[in-house]
Amino acid sequence: MSSPTQTRTVGRPPARPLPVPAPKRRRSWRADPWRKPRVLEAITWAYLLWSLVPVLIAIWISFSSGRSNSTFTGPFSLQYWTGTGFEGSGSLFRDPELRSAIRQTVTLSALTMLVAVPLGVLFAIGLDRWRGRGARASNFLMLLSFVMPEIILGVAVLYVVLYLFKFIPLGTPAQLIGLITFQISYPVIIVRARLLSIGSEYEEAAMDLGATPRQSIRAVLLPLLAPAVLASAAIVFADTVDDFVTVTYLKRDTASEALATKIYTQVRGSPTPAVNAAATLMLITTTAVIALGYIAYKRYSRGQQGGLQEFSSSI
Amino acid sequence: VRSSETLEPAPGLEPAPNETKRPPAGAVAASAGVWYPKRFWQKFAAPATIWLLVFFALPFYVVVSIGFGTVDEAFRSPIPVYQPWWWQFQTASEALDKVFGRFWPAYLRTFAFVLIASAICLTIGYAVAYYVARFGGKRRAMFLVLLIAPFWISYLMRMLAWQSLLKEDGYINGFLHLVGLPTFGWLEGQPITVILGLVYGYVPYMILPLYGFLDRIDGSLLEAGRDLGASPVRTFFRVTLPLSKPAILAGLVIVTLPMFGDYYTNNLLSGSPRTTMIGNILDDSINTSGQGPEAAIFTMILMVILIIPMLYYLRSTARDLERR
Repeated sequence: MSSPTQTRTVGRPPARPLPVPAPKRRRSWRADPWRKPRVLEAITWAYLLWSLVPVLIAIWISFSSGRSNSTFTGPFSLQYWTGTGFEGSGSLFRDPELRSAIRQTVTLSALTMLVAVPLGVLFAIGLDRWRGRGARASNFLMLLSFVMPEIILGVAVLYVVLYLFKFIPLGTPAQLIGLITFQISYPVIIVRARLLSIGSEYEEAAMDLGATPRQSIRAVLLPLLAPAVLASAAIVFADTVDDFVTVTYLKRDTASEALATKIYTQVRGSPTPAVNAAATLMLITTTAVIALGYIAYKRYSRGQQGGLQEFSSSI
Repeated sequence: VRSSETLEPAPGLEPAPNETKRPPAGAVAASAGVWYPKRFWQKFAAPATIWLLVFFALPFYVVVSIGFGTVDEAFRSPIPVYQPWWWQFQTASEALDKVFGRFWPAYLRTFAFVLIASAICLTIGYAVAYYVARFGGKRRAMFLVLLIAPFWISYLMRMLAWQSLLKEDGYINGFLHLVGLPTFGWLEGQPITVILGLVYGYVPYMILPLYGFLDRIDGSLLEAGRDLGASPVRTFFRVTLPLSKPAILAGLVIVTLPMFGDYYTNNLLSGSPRTTMIGNILDDSINTSGQGPEAAIFTMILMVILIIPMLYYLRSTARDLERR
């Protein structure tokens, strides 16, 4: 696609003088290597608007006064958050079922984070140094759990709980098992990326100065890994709040339904803006957790390379 | 006291020769005489490995054992058979008959939907990722935040947003009415709605890996192309695009895997049998009592369909790690 005039002169001499300047000027705008990529910029902005505006509208509707969750009816009100809802249809913080769902979501997310992150961090450290066939198989298993569609994992855990480990009841215990299995790969991937950039020099220096392997890990490696550990904790928590397939398949009754399950069933029924309020609450929670994770990441990785770029690539 | 601990191997802890050296600077550690206890690193990996074996690998065997197992006549509940030599294949052949009979249109439809949706994802995703990586400039951080935002907005929230926009009395139809166009029953089992829902749901997963890759492309390669007389467009097609082939494939795998297992997009945006996908068939059979073995067979079929893209992805990430 190099300039057509050139090929013409090379191939055969032009019979006529070159075209008039008018089309050439148009072409020269197109051929200007430093022109602004206006089309790409327009696509990018259109995409961003398309991806975010619907969500903003949904948030806005949670403050509606009407019954419908497809249009905003003024005036601005909190009746679907803390009030009684339209003609007593219930609000997020008043409805006992939605309240118990909020509690269940927070419990599941916190416990999943507390188990999955330590397991994943130790796994990452071990895999980083352990060579051999066992390590490869173990790594393969972990990556497979990362790419496995959630519905398959959900069915598998459901069946193992129902028919093999019958002592594990459905509800919170089964949900936790499913969530931890699904989430374990996040800390592993994030911490391994960090381990690669740290290298083994610091630990070796510590051991040259007389630390035992165990001490060098506790006093040198773990503090260096802190940013990655915090980032992965935030990601695991936020992702569990948003999880819906696993928690729905492994629930037992309405008491073990998480907020996401409630939203799903209500959206399929006749949703009121209380659903929008519930979804907005989830959004606020995940955003706050991710923001905290990012701040902690920044603080702990002060003076080292890092920042938004690395934080985002860790996702 | 401490140095004597580390400089000589403690009694009882035999140094395994291949564990004393750690690349890349392992030679230093070895010459300083630091021995790692036997199976030191394995112990770190053990808890999670055991967890994954018990709660990830074993469950798949249970699924297979239920699919090839029998059913309790009285309660219609599945009885898993763990011994392969006693496996029965009656449920499996019945389920396969259904797949190639009653459910065949849904299987074909799923492939069509996923193909179209992932092609759109790639087009949008590549354009956006390319723009931000090459021309983001000072606004790059802002762009990144906006591109990551959809990850932390739950999938349900995003589908809820579209569902209310597309309702009969929603804003989209309100707009169509306003400009004098006929309104459209978006949520009444329209393939276009489901495909757009899939694109909307999964395009962020395409953009980030592409961005990460395009951002790492060495600018001097592009400059070389330009210096040798190629136009920007030619440079793109001859240098950037071939270079980003692995990232494109990885991105496609990342978006297609969950699309094949997706049933909620369909349930929220259509719910009609006209748009049923593989995920819906599986979800329906799990939620129907007495269908345990059949659901297990459907799960296995989905696994078989997805195993090649999954293995491809695992291999490419493994190669990526080695290259770093």
